[in-house]
Amino acid sequence: MSITYLEAIREAQARALADDPRVFIYGQDVGAFGGAFKATKNLAAEFPGRVLDAPISEDAIVGLGVGAAIEGMRPILEMQFADFSTVGFNQIVNQAATLFWRTNLPCPITIRLPFGGTKGGGPFHSQSLEAIYAHYPGLIVMTPATVEDAYSMLLEAVALDDPVIFCEHKLLYYHLKAEQLPTEAFPVGKARIAREGRDMTIVTYSAMVHEALEAAGELALEGWQVEVVDLRTIKPLDTDTVMASVARTGRLLCVGESWPWGGSPPK
Amino acid sequence: MGGLAKEILQGAARGGYSQGMLQTVLQGGAVGEVSPFRDTYLKAFRFMLLARILDEKFASLYRAAKIHGGVFLGRGQEALSVSVGYSLRPGDVFAPLIRDAAGRLAFGEPVLDSVRTYLGSPLGPMRARDGNVHRGRPEAGLLPMISHLGAMISVVNGVLLARRLKQIPGSVGAACVGEGATSTGSFHEALNQAAVEKLPLVLVVANNQYAYSTPTARQFACDSLLDRAQGYGVEGHAVDGTDLEGCLKVLELAVARARAGNGPQLIEASLLRLCGHGEHDTAEYVDAKLKASSLGRDCLKIAEQSALHQGWTNSETIAVWRAEAVQKVEDAVAMVQREAGPDPFEESWQALSTRDLSEGNE
Ligand SMILES: Cc1ncc(C[n+]2csc(CCOP(=O)(O)OP(=O)(O)O)c2C)c(N)n1
Repeated sequence: MSITYLEAIREAQARALADDPRVFIYGQDVGAFGGAFKATKNLAAEFPGRVLDAPISEDAIVGLGVGAAIEGMRPILEMQFADFSTVGFNQIVNQAATLFWRTNLPCPITIRLPFGGTKGGGPFHSQSLEAIYAHYPGLIVMTPATVEDAYSMLLEAVALDDPVIFCEHKLLYYHLKAEQLPTEAFPVGKARIAREGRDMTIVTYSAMVHEALEAAGELALEGWQVEVVDLRTIKPLDTDTVMASVARTGRLLCVGESWPWGGSPPK
Repeated sequence: MGGLAKEILQGAARGGYSQGMLQTVLQGGAVGEVSPFRDTYLKAFRFMLLARILDEKFASLYRAAKIHGGVFLGRGQEALSVSVGYSLRPGDVFAPLIRDAAGRLAFGEPVLDSVRTYLGSPLGPMRARDGNVHRGRPEAGLLPMISHLGAMISVVNGVLLARRLKQIPGSVGAACVGEGATSTGSFHEALNQAAVEKLPLVLVVANNQYAYSTPTARQFACDSLLDRAQGYGVEGHAVDGTDLEGCLKVLELAVARARAGNGPQLIEASLLRLCGHGEHDTAEYVDAKLKASSLGRDCLKIAEQSALHQGWTNSETIAVWRAEAVQKVEDAVAMVQREAGPDPFEESWQALSTRDLSEGNE
């Protein structure tokens, strides 16, 4: 059996729905149609009444999620593309991200953002917005690079009592495969050494982990041992693992796909 | 005094919340013959009176520089606001806005909550983390507004949808906005969303003719905001916002229709803001003709006159109610003024409930 990154996201949602009656999914075309990328395929049929099509209203989608969370639910909100989450930006950063600090009431919502560059995406279907959301102290930002992480981190995102911006890279959706779903996971907020090396550290996340691993493989042929750190969550940022790696290698290269000015890699 | 109010008075609510419904209890009764509407009317009137006195106290504390930040009053809007709070029942959801002191009290918000929030007491519901009108007790159905206009409506939708998913029937959610907020994308998205889901939302628009300084002619081009009800596919109701009886009746009707499954209800109340946008604002831009028109009538005065005229109460009783309300407010202010302010060094600055993932947790 083999499972793709996208299927892992679908499976994680199926499991969250099955395990926890507080979970529901809300987003554009997520119902009978199964989502623009099919991340919710068949879920509406398997979980009647709990996978709901939303109007094209990102602001109200997130606002509704916050209200449901106040009422004890654990909504998973799908943005059709990360780029459109900017229409819901106010509700994400001002409502969801401040609720706990203001009221002591947790805000367990998961906002799924299909993000990143793919061929033909253009300026409005390619953006990487993780750095913007990471700016806000009331948000957790996850950027899984592997099928295993896509599955286990999405389940953790739903289980966490805080708003999670779950950035899933569209480039990985179909071609990244694993043999099976994981049974255990690294803790949230911990980076992973994707490849060990002593000459240089590459710190990266999401799709760029795979680029970095490929580059490291090529450089190995020339005798360079490159270490690759997969951040997994960019907020919180596991600086301990990064610092320890850089202390060993003495050289650091940060790789990311977002715009350089104020992006996650410079941080 | 209600259980929760008593607990808060004793300062037991520090840093946490009590479960259960809010309660602001008024003592004493009325005179004259018994009629259910008379009873409703007089109770609502007393909440209006209390709200006006509370608002005026905040204005005077503001002038004395005892309040940091803005003070926003509901003068002229009490009849509408109280009707919203009064028409809801325990278990319902209420998202008031900046001019809803009366509605909040009628919904059960303790006087102390507003005093503590305005004066920045850590014992208040927002623990001095947010001020003035940005307060609530979400676990008791009173949602704390964020400043961004229109943003609370979809949050009410979310609570209502969650109730539906949890198969808790019979809840109604009310959200208050000004006519200016109807121009936001949030308002449109949320009302449309509520209509699509046929949620029991009562959306109350206080058309007080100005959004800060902007008159309605610069805010929208339709003749009446209620024209929009049809466009959204929801039921609409117009009411004279200066008339307590009209407001109580229209809210009772709208809440009942929402509760009975008829979907969102849009109410437009016409009135005039009888104060500045905030207490910093002298509001010289308000058209004198509007002030002199029936929109400019003071709803509290009219309600009082009407109650007297109907023989539902007498001026002596009203004087007693007024004195009681003044006492209640003065007591609360005196008490809160003795409470220590927040200590930034003691305060937790963590923005996440998952402590070990929070920034600054090193
Ligand atoms: C989205 C947004 N833009 C601007 C403001 C600043 N602001 C606060 S109150 C206000 C006027 C609101 O007018 P209206 O909705 O009619 O309510 P009223 O003050 O008349 O009760 C403005 C512009 C805001 N709070 N939110």
